[in-house]
Amino acid sequence: MLALEGLHLAFGSVPVLAGIDLTVKPGELVVLLGPSGCGKTSLLRLAAGVEAVQGGRVANRFARTAMVFQDPRLMPWADARDNAAFGLKALGMARAERRATAEVILRRLGLSIADFGKRPAQLSGGMQQRVAIARAFALRPDLVLMDEPFSALDVGLRGDLQALLRAEVEGAGAAALFVTHDITEAVRLADRIVVLSPRPARVVADLPQQPIRTDAAPGAVFEAAAALLRRPEVAAALAAPVTTGAPLRNDPATFQSLGMPAPAR
Amino acid sequence: MARPGFRGTAARAAWTAAGLGLLALAWQWGATAFGPFVLPSLQDTWQAMLHLVVSGVAGPALLATLVHALGGCLAGGAVGLVLGIAGGLVLPVGAMSRPVFTALLGTPPIAWVVLALLWFGPGGAAAGFTVAITAAPILFLAALEGVASRDPALTEMALLYRAPPFQRLTDLVLPALADFLLPALATALAFSFKVAVMAEVLSGADGVGGGLATARAHFDLAATMAWIVLAVVVLLVADALLLAPLRGWRASRAGRAGVPSEA
Repeated sequence: MLALEGLHLAFGSVPVLAGIDLTVKPGELVVLLGPSGCGKTSLLRLAAGVEAVQGGRVANRFARTAMVFQDPRLMPWADARDNAAFGLKALGMARAERRATAEVILRRLGLSIADFGKRPAQLSGGMQQRVAIARAFALRPDLVLMDEPFSALDVGLRGDLQALLRAEVEGAGAAALFVTHDITEAVRLADRIVVLSPRPARVVADLPQQPIRTDAAPGAVFEAAAALLRRPEVAAALAAPVTTGAPLRNDPATFQSLGMPAPAR
Repeated sequence: MARPGFRGTAARAAWTAAGLGLLALAWQWGATAFGPFVLPSLQDTWQAMLHLVVSGVAGPALLATLVHALGGCLAGGAVGLVLGIAGGLVLPVGAMSRPVFTALLGTPPIAWVVLALLWFGPGGAAAGFTVAITAAPILFLAALEGVASRDPALTEMALLYRAPPFQRLTDLVLPALADFLLPALATALAFSFKVAVMAEVLSGADGVGGGLATARAHFDLAATMAWIVLAVVVLLVADALLLAPLRGWRASRAGRAGVPSEA
């Protein structure tokens, strides 16, 4: 289990996190939803252990943690196969074995044999992110931390990769902490949605959720998102501009500002 | 940009040949205009070169210069490279080494020749030392810049994936260095031959420099020009054998960054 207890963080005199309590249980996909710049990435970096804890406690009892970043962070001089096998090399796995393992996962994520030997510059953004996901899941992690991994991709591709990701997490039986500011992404993926307020971030809602399957009715995602936004604390947290803190109303304009069509009433 | 095809390559070769032809014409004109005591003719130079080669004088001399230049470049370059990488990774090492190597880079090679003569006496050691101390700062500064310019996002990724230090060195640091090191290596190699010959002239060591000193003493301009041409040929051969494969690898690395596939 990953337990974050009373986490406080400040950059200089600017408070970023104001007492975050959060747990991620084995096999659970928790989505951390919050407005841009609220401190979600900082929270994930604290969970990953790359940011020093200033106040509170991080206890990660998972044996193997992997991370997928907002940008793919691939080695430009290495091909897709070697990039996907990076974590396995760090574990000391022999070259032939790690490359074979990487190939299996790359193929599962939709890359062809012809793509295995390509360098990142020869791959599209979506394929690069698939390689980054393969690098994480090649480790057979029991916790995957993901920092808005699909934010730079177009909507259709994002949907495909969300489905792939959900399948990978379920297939591996791994837990995941997924950061996003996209409500539709949250309702598609999450077993639980934790909503953060604008900076300094605190948890304003912790809601169990039934992930929306790809074969669900077309409006199901928007209905689920709308239901989420009907909760005043969620609407206030997500729609409030970070700089002013002024809440927006739960009306068509709010949906429009979030890039979503307003649900039929 | 499209890579030159056969026609492009042939055209480039033709222009190169034309450039060399112009140089030969200018040389021959200079020889005719100023006489053999200023500039020997191409024919005299060629005959002097043949004589040096056939009489067995050129071979050992070229080998000696090659040893001084490449040995010194290898030793100095290795020290510069290791300290440059260490300096890029460990702040105190970099901070302490940078002014030292900057001072070394700014010191004229002729000063090192004089010091080397005083420290090691006349001979090959002075030439090798001078080359080493000239090459070291070139590689040091290139390595330092290369390591400093590495991508911090990749470094953090490696940290998160718990990559051991050796993997971080081989997978992240050294590949990032390649673009900085290749031009530095070419510069160091070219300097090494020039400095080696200069040090040999002044120290009276074996090698092309020794041959030049003898030719000067005999006022033999044809032999002097022959030694110069031989030294340039050896440098070009060394470049073709040592650096051209690296340049090809680098070009293929850049060339593989083609049109991305669709997602």
